[in-house]
Amino acid sequence: MSTIQPNVEQPVSDEMALVRRAKRGDDQAFEELVRRYDRNVFRIAQHITQNREDAEDVVQEAFLKAYGNLAKFQEQSKFYTWLVRIAVNEALMKLRRRKPERTVSLDEDVKTEDDSLPREVADWSPNPEQMFNQAELRDILTRTIQGLPAGFRTVFVLRDVEGLSTEETAQALDLSVPAVKSRLLRARLQLRERLNRFFQKRASGDGDQ
Amino acid sequence: MKCSEFLNELTNYLDGALDARTKSELDDHLAWCHNCYVVCDTTRKTIEIYRNSEFYELPDDLRERLRSAIMTKCAEHKRSFPPRS
Repeated sequence: MSTIQPNVEQPVSDEMALVRRAKRGDDQAFEELVRRYDRNVFRIAQHITQNREDAEDVVQEAFLKAYGNLAKFQEQSKFYTWLVRIAVNEALMKLRRRKPERTVSLDEDVKTEDDSLPREVADWSPNPEQMFNQAELRDILTRTIQGLPAGFRTVFVLRDVEGLSTEETAQALDLSVPAVKSRLLRARLQLRERLNRFFQKRASGDGDQ
Repeated sequence: MKCSEFLNELTNYLDGALDARTKSELDDHLAWCHNCYVVCDTTRKTIEIYRNSEFYELPDDLRERLRSAIMTKCAEHKRSFPPRS
């Protein structure tokens, strides 16, 4: 069975050259970094906060913080990983403010009983995403991922949607690599389980080609 | 290999992060265990569907507005805290 390949190619040295220019006070270089990563930061922020206005605020605040702290960036990781770390923290703060009744942290929801174990094992249609129109599919995917606890959702978004490596995800979230792997496994299995009811082969043979 | 052992390694398996010997043990398990095959296949599809989906895209006009606001505030920051040379 084929493996999943990361989908993001980041020209690292080019990125670091921009960072160094920005550190020397070249705002055009910093603006180029904004152009390069604003879409990613917006997506990550909206996945975490589940609110568009909050996501817009997070984009602004994350880049401003990065700008103000650029001199402290030690260049031991990619700039993007450092930026994502800032953005995730900003987004989690927004989420906590909006949902103060729930403690939201990346360490939450590590239950002992495992709700990720497959309960239903049914094969899917060969191209399950083609069973729905684009708007329906987007709605299914959005509602399904929103149902995950914030800690799992964040790991899944960074690793599988944004294509960060396991190590980069660990750095961005200040988690250990085993903790990232454990949350990623459970996030993937829970999403799979929840998508079952939309994508599984119908008994009548719908979806068979 | 038990199914639970297979599941524990599923993420490493899908990410291609296993040594050859462990991978071959997992391949053997998949060859006869239909349930694990289905779980593995549908988990891989789950990841691919999310990865290929385009949602929460940033519209061009909003993007422009955000970038302009960011750069204005950066300029204000620079005036308040000029870089030491």
